[in-house]
Amino acid sequence: MAPMATTDPIFELRGVCKYFDDTCALSNIDLAIRNGEFLTLLGPSGCGKTTILRILSGFETPSTGEVRLNDTVINDVPPEKRKVNTVFQNYALFPHMTVRDNVGFGLAMAGTEKGEMARRVREALTMVHMEHLADRRPGQLSGGQQQRVGIARAVVNNPLVLLLDEPFSALDFKLRKAMQLEIKQLQRSLGITFVFVTHDQEEAFAMSDRVVVMNEGQIVQVGTPKEIYEEPASLYVARFVGDINILDATVRNATGDGMYRAEVEGVTMALHSKRRFSDGTEVKVLLRPEDLRVHRVAEGMLDEPHLLGRIAQTVYKGATVDLYVQLDDAHGGKTVMASEFFNEDDEEIIYDAGERVAVTWVDGWEVVLHAEDQ
Amino acid sequence: MQKISSRFVRTSIVVVTLWLSIFVLAPQAMLLIATFLERGQQDFLTTTFTLGNYVRLFDPVFLLIFWESFRLAGITTLVCLLFGYPFAYILATSRRTLRPWLLLLVIIPFWTNSLIRTYAMVIILKSGGVLSNVLLWLGLIDQPISLMYTDFAIFIGFSYTLLPFMILPLFAAIEKLDMRLLDASKDLGATAFQTFRHVTLPLTMPGIVAGCMLVFLPALGMFYVPEILGGSRFMLLGNYITNQFLMARDWPLGAAASTILTATLIMMILVYLRSVRASARSGEGALEGELLSTEGA
Amino acid sequence: MMKRLSSIYLWLVYAFLYVPIGIVMVYSFNSARFATNWRGFTWGWYAKLFANRQLMDAALNTLTVATLAATLAAALGTLAALVLHRYRFRGRKVLHGSIFVLTVSPDIVMGIAMLMFFIALRIDLGFLTLLIAHITLCLPFVAVTVLARLAEFDENIVEAAKDLGATESRAFRHIILPLIMPAVAAGWLLSFTLSMDDVLISFFVSGPSFEILPLKIYSMVRLGVKPDINALSAVMFTLTVVLVLTAHALTKARRK
Repeated sequence: MAPMATTDPIFELRGVCKYFDDTCALSNIDLAIRNGEFLTLLGPSGCGKTTILRILSGFETPSTGEVRLNDTVINDVPPEKRKVNTVFQNYALFPHMTVRDNVGFGLAMAGTEKGEMARRVREALTMVHMEHLADRRPGQLSGGQQQRVGIARAVVNNPLVLLLDEPFSALDFKLRKAMQLEIKQLQRSLGITFVFVTHDQEEAFAMSDRVVVMNEGQIVQVGTPKEIYEEPASLYVARFVGDINILDATVRNATGDGMYRAEVEGVTMALHSKRRFSDGTEVKVLLRPEDLRVHRVAEGMLDEPHLLGRIAQTVYKGATVDLYVQLDDAHGGKTVMASEFFNEDDEEIIYDAGERVAVTWVDGWEVVLHAEDQ
Repeated sequence: MQKISSRFVRTSIVVVTLWLSIFVLAPQAMLLIATFLERGQQDFLTTTFTLGNYVRLFDPVFLLIFWESFRLAGITTLVCLLFGYPFAYILATSRRTLRPWLLLLVIIPFWTNSLIRTYAMVIILKSGGVLSNVLLWLGLIDQPISLMYTDFAIFIGFSYTLLPFMILPLFAAIEKLDMRLLDASKDLGATAFQTFRHVTLPLTMPGIVAGCMLVFLPALGMFYVPEILGGSRFMLLGNYITNQFLMARDWPLGAAASTILTATLIMMILVYLRSVRASARSGEGALEGELLSTEGA
Repeated sequence: MMKRLSSIYLWLVYAFLYVPIGIVMVYSFNSARFATNWRGFTWGWYAKLFANRQLMDAALNTLTVATLAATLAAALGTLAALVLHRYRFRGRKVLHGSIFVLTVSPDIVMGIAMLMFFIALRIDLGFLTLLIAHITLCLPFVAVTVLARLAEFDENIVEAAKDLGATESRAFRHIILPLIMPAVAAGWLLSFTLSMDDVLISFFVSGPSFEILPLKIYSMVRLGVKPDINALSAVMFTLTVVLVLTAHALTKARRK
C-alpha cells in the first residue's frame, strides 16, 4: 500500500553551497524533501537544478552545508553506497547488455540471489510494459521504450528516493504527455519519493505535489503547483510559470481587511493583497490572461473601474481566443493579453482589430508585489 | 557533360580497382598458392602440388622459433596493454583543450621511423650506454653492463617502438565511451572495480583488440628489431621468413611460414568483429543474459 | 591526489617515448667519437653527413620516391574514396576488400608477396617496384582520411549544387573537391611520411641499383653505433615532427 506523503523529511539539504572553480552554482540551499512526495525542481538551464540532483545522487559533494538522508549526514557517501537511484537524461542504458541485463545490473552488483533477481527484473519490466522486449538491446528500442527501461532499471532496486533528470527531454510531445501520466501513476503505486528535474513548467505542474522554482543557484519559491501559479512570490516566478500581464500601480491607502485603494495605470481601483504596503508604495499588479475580462465599449459604460484600449490582434487557439489589447496612452500604453473561452454560438468575443474595448479582471484574482521584487 | 562525368567516374572505378587487384590481391593470391607448390631450382617454384611445406613447419627448429616469437610478441603485447590502457584512459579524459596536444605527442613517435627508434634503444642499452651509465652513477652496479643481445633487449625494443600503436586505438575507444554510463553504473551500486569490469572493459573491447593486433602482428614481423637488439643468436618468425626468401631461397617454406602470420591475423580480426558486435549499440539478437548468468549468488 | 598521480604517470610514459630519441639528438652534437660521455659541442657530424655522397644520393632517392608515391597515392586514394562513397557498382566489394586487406595485412607479408609478384613477372627490383609498392602501401591511408571527410559533410549540399544546375563534374570540381582538399593534403603528408619511414616493404622490393635512406640506415645500424647515424636520425626525426604537425594543422582546420 502506498503511504501518503508525510511532512517528515526523507532527504534534506541544509545550507548547501556548491562552487565550480570560482563560479557559484548553488548558494545556501535549504530544502526538505518529504517522504513519499513528488517534488519537482523547476528552472531554466543553468539554474542549479541538475547540480542539486547530482548532490542528492552523490556525483557531486557540496562545498559547504549538509546533505541528510533519513537524518544521517551523507555528504561523503559515494553514489554506489546510497539507496538512491537515478533515471538519467538520455537514459544512459548500457548498450552492450540486453534490456534484462540492464534492469538486473543493480541487483547483480548487490549480489542478489539469482532466482529472486530474475523475479524482480520480470516484475519491474512488467510494470513498465516491457517484458516482451527483455532480450533486445537498447539500440533496438525506440526512445520511449528506452525510457521505460531506464525507469525499470532504477526502481527495481527499491530506492528510498528516485531521481529523474529531465527524463522526457528527448521524447516528442504526445509521448511526453503519456509518459507524464504513467510516471505519476507509478509514483502513486510505488509510494517512493520522486525528485524530478525539468525546465518545462507545464510538466512540473502536471506531475508534482510540490514544485521548487530555482533561479541562478537559488530557490525562489517552494509550493504546490496551485500556489506557485496563483501566488507567485516574485515577478521572476510569475513570468517563468506561464504568461502574465504586469500593470504598474501606486498604493494610495489601506482600506482594511487586506484591501487597498490604488492608482492602477492611472485609474483608481481596489486591490486585494495579503502583503503589507505602506501608503505611496510603487507596486506591480500581476494578472494571468485568463483572469482578464474584455468588454465592448459600445455596449455602454461599465460601472466598475476599468482600463480602456483597442484590440491590437486576436489569436485563435481552438478552445480559447487570445486578445491582445493595446491600452490607451492615458493608461500607460502597454499591451495586455486576455484569454477568453471560445463559444461557437456566441459571437460576443469576435473582435475587429482596432475596436475600442475596456479591460477589467475578476475581483480578487490579482497578485500585488512590491515593484522592486524582481 | 553528364556523359563525360560518368565516363570520369567509370574510368576512376576501373583504374582504382585494377591497381588494387593487380598489386594487392594478385600478389597475396600468389603467396597463398606458393605455399602449396614444391620448391624449384631455377625459378624458385615448380608447378607440383604439395602439402609438404606446411608439414616442414612442424620441424622442431621451426616450432621453437615459432614458440619464442609468440612468447616475445605476447609479452610485448600484454605489457603494452597494461601500460597503455591507463595512459590512454588519462589521455581520453584529460581537458578538452589540452587533449589534441597530448595526443599529438603520441602520434609523433607513431610516425617516426621504427629503425631510428630501435637505434635509439641501442644507445640506451649497449655496453657503456646511457642505462649502464645511469646505473653506475646510482651505484647499483660497479662496472659497465650491456643489456644488448638479450631477449629483454628485444622486448624493450618492441615495446618502445610499438607502444604508440597500442595507445592510439585504445584512446579512440575510450574517448568514444559515454561517461554517463559510468555514472549510471555507480548509481546502481557498482563499485569502481565492478564498473570497470562490467561497463568500461566490455565497451572498450574493440579498442583493446585493435591495439593488440597492431602490436602483436608487427612484433612477429619486424625482423630488424631482433636482429639489431638481439643479434644473430635470436631467430624469430620475421627473421625466419626473411631468411627463406633472401638467403635459403626457399619460397614455398617462407610463404607457408608467413601464412601463419596471416592466419593469426584472421583469428584476431574474428575476435575483433565479435567484440565490436558485442559492444555495438545495435547488436543483432541477444547474447542471452550474460550478466544474469555470471553474477549473483 | 588521483589527478596528481595520473599526470605523473602520463609524463613518465611520455619520457619513455621521448628520452631515447632525445638522447640520440643530443649525441648528434657530441664531439666524442665512440664514448657516450659529453666531449663538447660540434656540428661536425652533420657536416660529415652532408658530405657523404652515397648517403645524400640515397636521401635524394628517398625524397623522390616519397614525393611521387605520396602524390600518386593521394590521387588514387581520393578517387577510391569518392567512388566508394558516392557510387554503387560491380567490383565495389573487391575494392573495399582489397583496401581492407591492405590496411590489416602485416607489412612483412605484403613485402614478400610483392617480391614474389615482381620476380614472377621478371620486373627488375629498383625504382619502379619501390614506387609501385609505396603507392599501394599509402593508398588506403589517403582513402580512409578522405572517406572520413566525405562522411562528415552534408550530402544535401551536392544535391543543392545539382538543384542549382551544376552537372556531376562541376559539382565535383566546385563543391566536393574544395571540401575534401584538406583531407587529401593530410593524406598526402601521411603518405609521404609513411614512404620515407618504411623499412619492411622497401627491404624486399628495392634493389642495389636504387638505394634509399631507411635501408642505408639499416645497414649502418647493423654495423654498430656511429655518430653520423645520430645526426641522420635527428634530421629524420625533425622532418617527421614537421610533417605530422602540418598534417595535424590541416585536419584541425577541416574540423572548423
